[in-house]
Amino acid sequence: MDGSRNIADIQTAPQGDFGELVKVRKFVIHIEEVLHEFGPAANPPQLKGYIAAVAANPYAGSYVENLMPLMEALKPLGTAMAQRLIDALGGADKIVAYGKSAIVGENGELEHAALWHEPGGYGMRQLIKPSKAIVPSSKKVAGPGRPVDVPLAHVNAAYVRSHFDCIECSIPDAPRADEIVWIQSMATGARIYDRAGGLKASDIQGEDGLK
Amino acid sequence: MKAKIRKTQVIVETTHSDIGRPVDPATRKASALAVIENPFAGRYEEDLSELMDIGAELGGYLGKMCVDALGITAEQAESYGKAAIVGENGEWEHAAAILHPKLGAPLRKEVEKGAALVPSVKKLGGQGTRIDVPLGHKDAAYVRSHFDGMEVGMADAPRANEILVAVSVTDSGRPFPRVGGLTTDEAVGEDGLR
Repeated sequence: MDGSRNIADIQTAPQGDFGELVKVRKFVIHIEEVLHEFGPAANPPQLKGYIAAVAANPYAGSYVENLMPLMEALKPLGTAMAQRLIDALGGADKIVAYGKSAIVGENGELEHAALWHEPGGYGMRQLIKPSKAIVPSSKKVAGPGRPVDVPLAHVNAAYVRSHFDCIECSIPDAPRADEIVWIQSMATGARIYDRAGGLKASDIQGEDGLK
Repeated sequence: MKAKIRKTQVIVETTHSDIGRPVDPATRKASALAVIENPFAGRYEEDLSELMDIGAELGGYLGKMCVDALGITAEQAESYGKAAIVGENGEWEHAAAILHPKLGAPLRKEVEKGAALVPSVKKLGGQGTRIDVPLGHKDAAYVRSHFDGMEVGMADAPRANEILVAVSVTDSGRPFPRVGGLTTDEAVGEDGLR
């Protein structure tokens, strides 16, 4: 026995069932449409949002050395979530910034959040093209209702200054102690009043993921 | 100093054990916070260069506070991050003006090199708002053991006409890294990524 608890018996609807290690209790999609901020009208308005999946933590309650099975099992979830958020924001060709986060419930370990780096990131990168830039992230261990700040940055060149942004995610009833909230964020535009200089999206080379 | 600082705070978080296992050596992360007056509160100001200069001052000032609090030399710093919370009479872009144009260079001097992008977040919020400062390896952004975060905040900040600015520095990664990816031993640290 590897120490993981058995969550295979959790009954969830088909769209939340990703096998023995991944059982989603609920999805949350949040979209903001930013129209102005006490200056000129945004043209066009910026859409930014996140999708969160509240899922059981199969490793809650004890130290489990080998975490890799869950990383693998999360890949279909990462792709499914990215597709849902992309659809909610108007299509993959509209997405110019992304990010990801995870909140681990109190019986889990910070390291469990780190499992999201591959499935959370590559789920988005395989649907959004080109997407050479690293997906910025944050993580924490926290109780139900606690917020996490999900970073946003340009999908193809991490140094594009106009696209450094952020969206806060909180879900009143999650994560419970034995749950993890997996989160992806996306935006369709820069900050609406971008005027902090730096590399512009129109000037990127798009080779190294940075510039 | 151009920045009008009302108060500062420095926090060192030391993890001695987790999930029933000792963390040896203990992992440590530090954050330094400054609450400053927002010179543009209450109006739309096109030119934000004053805030950019304030960002330059705070990058070195807060970075040094972190390194001093950890009691380490500059080259012993391993990861970093930055964040800002703008009070309600300010604008989202004010956070960007502090964080992005000029804060990074003086911060990098305090931690030696810093080839990697400094990860960041920003938000608007009232007194007591918390913010998750993202953390990434200072020389190679893809080092997976050092992706982390540190939540910070102050009960009485930011007031409506203030901005809370935070810088975080660590001397270690997560307590029990075991999710694969690039390791510190493999990282070259030249291009900022690997």
